[in-house]
Amino acid sequence: MTTVFPRAAVALTLGFLLLPITFGLLGTLLPAFGYLPALGGFELGLGPFRDLFATPGLVAAAALSVATGLAASLISVGITLVFVASYAGTPTLSRLQHLLSPLLAVPHAAAAFGFAFLIAPSGFLIRLVAPVFGIDRPPDVLIPHDPMGLAMIAGLVIKETPFLFLVTLAALPQVDLVAARRLAASFGYGRIAGFVYLLWPALYRQIRFAVYAVIAYSSSVVDVALILGPNLPGTLATRLVQWMNDPDLSARFLASAGAVLQLGVTLVALISWFVLERLASSALKTVRDKGWRLVADRFVRRVSILLVGLIGTIVFAGLAILAIWSLAGLWQFPDILPQSFTLRSWMNAWPRIGDPLVTTLLTGLASALLAILLTIGCLERELQTGRSVDEKALLMLYLPLIVPQITFVFGLQLLFIGSRSEHRLTALVLVHLVFVLPYVFLSLADPWRSLDRRYETIATALGRSRLSVLISIRLPMLIRPILTAMAVGFAVSVGQYLPTVLIGEGRLSTITTEAVALASGNNRRVIGVYALLQTILPFLAFALAALIPAALHRNRREMKV
Amino acid sequence: MMLQRQSSTGLSLFGVLIRLRGMTLIDLSADVAPGSVLTVMGPSGSGKSTLLSYIGGFLDPAFDARGAVSVDGLDLLSLQAEARRAGILFQDPLLFPHMSVGANVAFAIPADVADRRQRRQMAAEILAEMDLAGFAERDPATLSGGQKARVALARVLVSRPRLLLLDEPFSKLDMELRALMRLLVFERARTAGLPVILVTHDEADAEAAGGPVHRLGSRGAPHD
Repeated sequence: MTTVFPRAAVALTLGFLLLPITFGLLGTLLPAFGYLPALGGFELGLGPFRDLFATPGLVAAAALSVATGLAASLISVGITLVFVASYAGTPTLSRLQHLLSPLLAVPHAAAAFGFAFLIAPSGFLIRLVAPVFGIDRPPDVLIPHDPMGLAMIAGLVIKETPFLFLVTLAALPQVDLVAARRLAASFGYGRIAGFVYLLWPALYRQIRFAVYAVIAYSSSVVDVALILGPNLPGTLATRLVQWMNDPDLSARFLASAGAVLQLGVTLVALISWFVLERLASSALKTVRDKGWRLVADRFVRRVSILLVGLIGTIVFAGLAILAIWSLAGLWQFPDILPQSFTLRSWMNAWPRIGDPLVTTLLTGLASALLAILLTIGCLERELQTGRSVDEKALLMLYLPLIVPQITFVFGLQLLFIGSRSEHRLTALVLVHLVFVLPYVFLSLADPWRSLDRRYETIATALGRSRLSVLISIRLPMLIRPILTAMAVGFAVSVGQYLPTVLIGEGRLSTITTEAVALASGNNRRVIGVYALLQTILPFLAFALAALIPAALHRNRREMKV
Repeated sequence: MMLQRQSSTGLSLFGVLIRLRGMTLIDLSADVAPGSVLTVMGPSGSGKSTLLSYIGGFLDPAFDARGAVSVDGLDLLSLQAEARRAGILFQDPLLFPHMSVGANVAFAIPADVADRRQRRQMAAEILAEMDLAGFAERDPATLSGGQKARVALARVLVSRPRLLLLDEPFSKLDMELRALMRLLVFERARTAGLPVILVTHDEADAEAAGGPVHRLGSRGAPHD
């Protein structure tokens, strides 16, 4: 029993991660070349691709995807690098860590809506300055949805920077920060230069999969693009979703070809990034070998902390604006606040929230629970074999985050349709699991590995079986990180837009799909209700993850953090 | 008393050889009579704890180990770690932080005592023997260093071990407490008739133990 479960968990984990990607890719690839028996496609050919390239504006859409994805990633990595290089090891950094950690729980769509409500022509920022400039009508500018995709890039940066920042912080203990800082300072190097010369290459190697995930995500994202991105023409991914949901089923061939193109688009973005990596690395070597001290970095350091502070402020302010809109009565331009507050928007939305809310909770809880069981099994197996997850296994874990969602989840949708299965909710949970599992694993792995093994040695020597030791020693001692990992998983599931839209096919919807569906309309009050609800759910999960261990171990001082 | 063992011939180590990447760490044959102590001395990093891991069944597979270990004629190495009943004390008391003091002790009581009230009773009794009467409901984190050490001792004794493996258990206590704990541990081991292996780098430990001393680096049989 005690070796069967961990072994099975490893096999199942690999299966749940890799099979959906493999079959999903196949399910996209075959129809892209015309083969989809369920819809009458029996012959392989290039027809779908011919149709695809005949679509007007296609090249522009693809180019927009590459450009916005790369720009958002570059800016996020840049801010993270300069900020961590400037402040690692200082109290400022840990203070900002506390500020930015909760941002991770905010779904992309909610952050994007909040940002949109801030910057729109009738948004909060313009209302703030309206009295000064005597503006009494919303200016006629296309924001968000600007054709260059700047709003979308900014919307991605405010979510990806906190993510990369926290990933970098998690990797920081693996380099000797204090010694490097001292050494660099003693040779007269500036703070940023010293950090980049001595620590960044090793640190970057630790976080690079996360960076690739950001690039892949940013170049293929749908929900943020719908809320903030250019409309006509939109990015490639938003065009694909239209085709995928087209009532005319023959559009699925076109969509498949487009999904394959999306894979190419993301690959181009990644390859461009690899080239940038090379260039940056050799530039770094040159500058380092010349011995540039770059002492005068105070200004850059200040800018980096300003930007990080700004990002935190934008997201939180955005959430506040969402809350105000959801409660707003009459709110005319350019009033800074509504004339009255009312619960009407919530009351109106409430009857229609029930079903999506249940689906959201069920899917989130089920996928988080499955993910935590599999993760515990894998980590237990790691203890038994003494082999920890190596580079290759880590890449497998990151694979679902690096292969564009839209490419393989669409294939899964076609397979699901083809199977004529009735188990839509199960399918939805399993597809969410593909994205939930990596985060749950990455979240629990470090605390799991750092538990003092002598506790278990003692318990075993006292005559307890491995299973008993696991249940009565390890799991209770790790209850806090286990529940936190589950909350992370739940938050990831709640935030999933695309997989839910594709597998749910309108018959299953979640708070997130409902919220994003409202983007094209312009009812800020209803959007406020849904986006806020979408944010509250993950926060509730994190609150429970903190409260339950505190209640369970209320008289145990060492179990407090 | 319940901790007394019958027909005890003690612990026998025969040709125990532990190596890491071709380097010999331990090379030892010895007999440890019930109630007596074999002290293994060596500087930190000499691998002396690997001997305890080997006997207890926790040796990292990276080590290459062979030899025979038996207690009262029972071949220990043929058993799973959980069946060996090799009680261990580390330099930290390692009380389970999520359990009360009483639950820590009760956790160690063998499963054949199934009645919960009886288990609680046994835990309370041994705590009383350690001058910790009334501590059962306490949070381990609120105990002093000496109290924690005694709970750890109570916990290992109540598990009816076949032998005791001590991994520098006194090194983190202050001087006064260290002397007291040594007396208490060795006295309890004697009464219970348990063979003891003590791993330490402190000469005073070896002296107090009073038994043979095996010094690492000196190959072969232990010299007194």
